[in-house]
Amino acid sequence: MFHHFYQAHFLIKRGGLVTKGRVSIVAERCKSCGFCIEFCPSHVLAFSSAFNAKGYHVPHVVHPEKCSGCDLCGMYCPDFAIYGKKNADGGKK
Amino acid sequence: MKADPRGVLTGEHFIDGDHACCEGALAAGARFAAGYPITPSTEVVERFAARVPTVGGTFIQMEDELAASITLQGGVWAGAKAFTVTSGPGFSLMMEHIGYAAMTETPCVFVDVQRGGPSTGLPTLPAQADMMQARWGSHGDYAVIALCPNSPQECFDLTIKAFNLSEEFRVPVMFMMDEVVGHMTEKVVIPPADQIEIVPRKHTKESVEEFQPYKTNGDLVPEIAHAGEGYRFHVTGLTHDERGYPNMTPQTQDKLVRRLQNKITSAADRIAMFEEAHLKDADVVVVSYGITSRVAQRAIDTAREQGLRVGKLRLITAWPFPEKKIRQLAGRVKAFVVPELNLGQMALEVERAAAGRAKTFSLTHAGGGVHRPEDILKVIVEASR
Amino acid sequence: MSTDLNTDLLNNDLLNTDLPDDDLVNPVEPFLRTDRMPHIWCPGCGIGTTVNCFARALIESKIDLQSLALVSGIGCTGRVAGYVALDSFHTTHGRAIPFATGLKLANPKLNVVVYSGDGDLSAIGGNHLIHAARRNIDLKVICVNNLIYAMTGGQTAPTTPDHATTSTNPYGTFEPSFNLPHLVEAAGAVYVARWTTFHVRQLARAIGEAFQKKGFSFIEVISPCPTLYQRRNKLGDSLDTMKYYKAKSKVKNGAPTSEVGLTISGEIIVGKFVDRERPDYQSMMRAQYVDSLGDRFVEPMEAEVCS
Repeated sequence: MFHHFYQAHFLIKRGGLVTKGRVSIVAERCKSCGFCIEFCPSHVLAFSSAFNAKGYHVPHVVHPEKCSGCDLCGMYCPDFAIYGKKNADGGKK
Repeated sequence: MKADPRGVLTGEHFIDGDHACCEGALAAGARFAAGYPITPSTEVVERFAARVPTVGGTFIQMEDELAASITLQGGVWAGAKAFTVTSGPGFSLMMEHIGYAAMTETPCVFVDVQRGGPSTGLPTLPAQADMMQARWGSHGDYAVIALCPNSPQECFDLTIKAFNLSEEFRVPVMFMMDEVVGHMTEKVVIPPADQIEIVPRKHTKESVEEFQPYKTNGDLVPEIAHAGEGYRFHVTGLTHDERGYPNMTPQTQDKLVRRLQNKITSAADRIAMFEEAHLKDADVVVVSYGITSRVAQRAIDTAREQGLRVGKLRLITAWPFPEKKIRQLAGRVKAFVVPELNLGQMALEVERAAAGRAKTFSLTHAGGGVHRPEDILKVIVEASR
Repeated sequence: MSTDLNTDLLNNDLLNTDLPDDDLVNPVEPFLRTDRMPHIWCPGCGIGTTVNCFARALIESKIDLQSLALVSGIGCTGRVAGYVALDSFHTTHGRAIPFATGLKLANPKLNVVVYSGDGDLSAIGGNHLIHAARRNIDLKVICVNNLIYAMTGGQTAPTTPDHATTSTNPYGTFEPSFNLPHLVEAAGAVYVARWTTFHVRQLARAIGEAFQKKGFSFIEVISPCPTLYQRRNKLGDSLDTMKYYKAKSKVKNGAPTSEVGLTISGEIIVGKFVDRERPDYQSMMRAQYVDSLGDRFVEPMEAEVCS
């Protein structure tokens, strides 16, 4: 089982990217409906090729720099598996 | 705990059984009722509707009995003592929520002022034909308590008892009146509030973190919390574990359903109430309840005048059936005579408990009136031979 | 960066654990019984989406969660009661509203939400729905309408539109369906809105507005049932359905509810249809008693003391 929080946030530290927001994904809850990918206004997400334990393709972050932290993904997700959050610094640094 | 004096109409009254039942509910602390009009029970809630705004409580007339029987349970989970009142056709509709109350262990009282059935039957005339329905009417295995008053005074006294038992065992209690008892007017003495013993709700003392809504502690009855107290508990009619969470395993089902039944059956002796007379020398015992017990009294008196050794056993608790008492008697009497206003319902229980050691004479009546004492006498004579 | 999740997972760098705790909490999480996750709803079912909106409405409206009780009936949406970390009651089929009525009347301090499905509320519970609206009981009713009986396997509901195929109308339904906003407006609801699971922000706002109203509020949420409705009617999967909601929904606040009936693939009128003032049941009851009984009236005890 991989219960983890897969976050765009780490990229800030790793690559020096500055983002307004980030998303977290609880992969084990995902059922692959695709709502978050389809309705993300910034097209931050895409399906990963990997499966979770139940055999669903889980979304992952492909454009972390575009995430505004608007949390639409979190509102759409019927499985409480993803949410977005604005960064405290608002991406201003 | 003593009764809240605001609900107790202390004094001597000349009222009928329906009104006395209402006063019993108020004295017991009922401050919430949901009802739907049906003859011959409506007077109970009519009086409640008139009285309860003056003692601090609420009555609502619902759109049907399905609604009434679950609205009252919402009231219970909000903290009120609550009841509903009906007669046969409405009682049939309420079966769904008698099952829900049994499953969710919601303490409450269902009053059934019995009339002739099946279906619409005899709206204004008596019967005692809902006795098996009271025990078995909802689907699945569960247990309830049922009480049978035979006078307006008992309608008062036993309604309080019904509420107390419902709280002690967290079980729906069936209050099985009949049309004659409901509409019969007699003297009813209502004692002062400080002479009325009230069983308080079995409220949890656990912390919010520790509380589990269906966890039992030593006995078979879990402690309760109410909505709005911060416990954030879950209640469901699905088979559930101690946390109240649905759990669809045979193990959880077995544990739960057996407990629901055992909490009543294991306390049957304590719950059992009956009135007895002349049992010591009896050859024949007349087993009766409700209005029929008063007709039977005349037959018993006449029989004893004629030298027949007849005893009386009046069932005040119908369910759980006091089978221990019948079993004991069956070892030393010839026969039981069971008159009732149905085609033989409690007689089946008597016969079962007697287990062939004494004969059972079922004296049936389809309802719409009461037995003639001489008909009961005739069977007593036959049974004495 | 790699697009392979499994590869990512092997890289400890990517398992970020040094964020403050509050960052790691999905805002819906405190409202859920997380020990009961994952839930039973199918992939693409919209009920979970409505729960997100409900949770966010609770956050926004700063409602005291201790005062909040949630009541469900039976069916897929009926399971909401089992998943929310509130005082929650999973009642019998169709009877969520009368149970909720009892809660509210016996303890007027409670905020009582009824969260159930279209079949539960409008078929078996239809009588209770209209009478609670007529009485204007102070309840917030969230009706997730997936146009079908889902839990039992896709039978015709009072809401099934047009000639949709169901398991009990295998050749297509032919009975007319209920227009729920019209029904509850006629019965007396003070707040009536409809949104779809596409309209998450509007739905959250509507739930928040309902909490501001005193009286019977009804919010219909059109929601996909990909397993039993969309698939059987060849309407694609739930993502296709969400795209349909997006394309064919038209916001018409204040639209006459007589004109908002649903069809199988036509326009969906959404918006806030009714927002009016009527005294609620308990206000009317109290006024009547005070008027008739004067000093003899005793206030119903709030949170009746049984213990």
